[in-house]
Amino acid sequence: MSRATRLTATATALAGAMAMTACAGGGSSDTSTTSSSSGAQATDAAKVSGTISLYGYSVAKTAYDKVIPGFTSGGAGQGVQFQQSYGASGDQSRKVAAGAPADVVSFSVEPDITRLVKAGLVSADWNASATKGIPFGSVVTIVVRKGNPKGIHDWDDLLKPGINVVTPNPFSSGSAKWNLLAPYAVKSDGGTNPAAGLAYLSSLITGHVHVQPGSGREATETFLQGTGDVLLSYEDEAIAAVRAGDPVEYVTPPQTFKIENPVAVVTKAKNPTAAKAFVDYLFTPTAQKLFAEAGFRPVDPTVAAAYAKDFPAPQKLWTIADLGGWASVDKDLFTKDTGKVAVIYDKATK
Amino acid sequence: MKTSRPARWSLRVVALGYLIALLGTPVVLILWRTFEPGLGTFLASVKTPAAISALNLSLLIVAIVVPLNVIFGVVTALALVRGRFRGRGLLQAVVDLPFAVSPVVVGVSLILLWGAGGWFGALDRAGFKVIFGLPGMVLATLFVTLPFVVREVEPVLHEIGTDQEQAAATLGANGWQTFWRITLPALRWGLTYGVVLTVARALGEFGAVIMVSSGFAGVSQTLTLLVHARYVDDQNTYGAYAAATLLMGLAVLTLLLMSVLNRKRRTT
Amino acid sequence: MTATASAGLAGGTHVSPAEPRPGPDSLVPHHAPPAQRPSRGRPYATGLVTLWLSVVVLLPLAALAVTSTEDGWGGFWSALTAPSALAALRVTVLVSAVVALLNAVMGTLIAWVLVRDDFPGKGLVNVLIDLPFALPTIVASIVLLSLYGPDSPIHVHFNATRYGLVVALAFVTLPFVVRSVQPVLIEADKEVEEAAASLGAGGVTIFRRVILPTLAPAMISGTGLAFARAIGEFGSVVLIGGNIPRHTQVASQYIQQQIEIDQPVNAAVISVALLVIAFATLFLLRIASSRSLRRETAS
Repeated sequence: MSRATRLTATATALAGAMAMTACAGGGSSDTSTTSSSSGAQATDAAKVSGTISLYGYSVAKTAYDKVIPGFTSGGAGQGVQFQQSYGASGDQSRKVAAGAPADVVSFSVEPDITRLVKAGLVSADWNASATKGIPFGSVVTIVVRKGNPKGIHDWDDLLKPGINVVTPNPFSSGSAKWNLLAPYAVKSDGGTNPAAGLAYLSSLITGHVHVQPGSGREATETFLQGTGDVLLSYEDEAIAAVRAGDPVEYVTPPQTFKIENPVAVVTKAKNPTAAKAFVDYLFTPTAQKLFAEAGFRPVDPTVAAAYAKDFPAPQKLWTIADLGGWASVDKDLFTKDTGKVAVIYDKATK
Repeated sequence: MKTSRPARWSLRVVALGYLIALLGTPVVLILWRTFEPGLGTFLASVKTPAAISALNLSLLIVAIVVPLNVIFGVVTALALVRGRFRGRGLLQAVVDLPFAVSPVVVGVSLILLWGAGGWFGALDRAGFKVIFGLPGMVLATLFVTLPFVVREVEPVLHEIGTDQEQAAATLGANGWQTFWRITLPALRWGLTYGVVLTVARALGEFGAVIMVSSGFAGVSQTLTLLVHARYVDDQNTYGAYAAATLLMGLAVLTLLLMSVLNRKRRTT
Repeated sequence: MTATASAGLAGGTHVSPAEPRPGPDSLVPHHAPPAQRPSRGRPYATGLVTLWLSVVVLLPLAALAVTSTEDGWGGFWSALTAPSALAALRVTVLVSAVVALLNAVMGTLIAWVLVRDDFPGKGLVNVLIDLPFALPTIVASIVLLSLYGPDSPIHVHFNATRYGLVVALAFVTLPFVVRSVQPVLIEADKEVEEAAASLGAGGVTIFRRVILPTLAPAMISGTGLAFARAIGEFGSVVLIGGNIPRHTQVASQYIQQQIEIDQPVNAAVISVALLVIAFATLFLLRIASSRSLRRETAS
């Protein structure tokens, strides 16, 4: 009897303690937990603390880990709080379109922002300014195991027998789209000979790509865990892996593709002033330097010149404009079921 | 069966070997990897703002889910045991449903019901965020934990029958008094056991919650999401081990409670 | 601990059998005669319960079912028979079946050792059996990855292979068979075994002719529950499985992928397929257990 009572008491105390800890969390240090769940409360949370919710593509985390402290440590952004979510660019875009609470979106590819424009969540003139809404970028690189045991130097090497290539799923990941556009542009000579480009993609995807990680970061994780001989990725992601001491190195092929990562303010932002200030900050020389230090190619010409030695220029850097711009490329290659790359993927998984 | 000594020994070796390979070694290894850099490193890793917020969020969800499950679980069990109505068998089946549903499927279903494009999408458009908000995570956790309290309380209700309650009623006690004084005390161990199971499952839920969370680090990540995010997004393997060890500690605590309660229920 | 509560094992956290219970009974809900006295407020209670279950469980699943046929039955069929979807379902069922069988053998063996053998630390082992049910699945994934992943100190690399899936699923389903068989073994009549032995039967014969028939219903029920749990499993395979389409991608990962690439209808279709498989398994179990129960009462 007495033991029973004691036990009940212990159980009650435990439950009580748990509830109290939880309440303390919900009430003080963690107001954002509740504010993110309800629009009504969030308005006054924005007023007092100024919180920016950022939805970014997976690999961009490396950049924002440096850039956000730069913004909040001085000047305009002092004291601003950040809520950050990272994942596959397409999936992040889907979530925001489906109502995830974002103030600023930082995606890998333009079509993911276009989806939000269509949903009425991003203003149609988001890329009308001189910077075209692109604060940073990169180039497509080939990451290999340390010492490059398979001797991979150029796009053709990926088609050698037995080479296993890791690249994410192009229908969720922006990285994957860039990875495929690079050899496509090279082989099709900037889109003038699409058949040659598609032939390359077809043999690559059908014969050498066996995994479909969701995002660029998951692809890196898959590769680092030992799957594959080659990882196609952003140059910045390759730099980050090398800096982290992972047993890999990277090769930038003579001809590759310019990656341009767009950023936009969401029209329904709870905190539009702060969001706008943050996006403007990304283009300042201070932020541009931070991007460069994180391994991302800055767009500011002065900063880019200062960091030129970190970012060697390939012989030929194809751009999305060379291929006719995202609107036509996305429709032509990546539309589900009908896009040419989509068809190749469908065939490859049969 | 009288087993020969060698036979008994070999069976023992096989059984324990299997358990060591599957259970023992991995758990010991992760503990070693967590604590090898020192207790200070571990504490620093689980005391980051993101980790504390994740712990708080996990506990907040538990604090919301447990009372709801207790109240509705007891009412459901009462209705199932004492009620005589059409469709009782159907209700029985519905209570068991969550056991057969994959956590990912739970997440997908909630998105299709509560998401912006779902049946109740109007709520979302009106500004009440269920998916990508706390309510979604609570609903996901409620779904997966729904059967525990009901299924633990139900057999006790069967066993105690209604004699005592009827006696109390004869002596002039009203419905509430009977419930508080007679029914509830009888249910205490079953109920507590159900609560422990609910807490364990709520703390550990991953698949359903990751589908409906907005995924803000340090805001809408539970402990399980933190483990995943640290491992994949941050490539912070040690941080993931540390957070996993914290969760494991909570799990072991639950386990101890479970075995104590089990002994308790057997003796009372 | 009831009969029905053991079905709870399928969900995740374990309901460990407190008191010995007859194995064949394990999936049959016992329907005690409901009390005769209807008390005040009952209709409200019933309404409340129905509402509660609807909001939490039924409506989401209804939305899922309706969405799965959004593109018509043709759309349902083509989403179901998409090669990568079929492959994911095949991998899931195949690996789950292997894991279920592994459990049937190892689980019974462990239960036997725990009941009939005695060694120091047995109590601890007995408690640890439940660990997989208390441990969050994502933690299970990390834990196994540390031993069988890329950083393996014993150089065993199971990540991104089907072995990895088997290990992960065997881990999370470990308690099912052990906890189903254990109470039956405790109850089992040793005298029959001893009689058989005195009549000159060998150990193997006794096991085959005396012990196995007694344990079979509990083994089947535990194995079935392990199978049902394995086919829906997500958290424990997410890090160790590798998610390789047509090789190690399981159905739950395929569903998540379809959500990520904004194909909710495909996700809903495969979800429905997964649900049907799980229900079919549990339904068959119910039939099997009630049949063996009938046999037992008849004999």
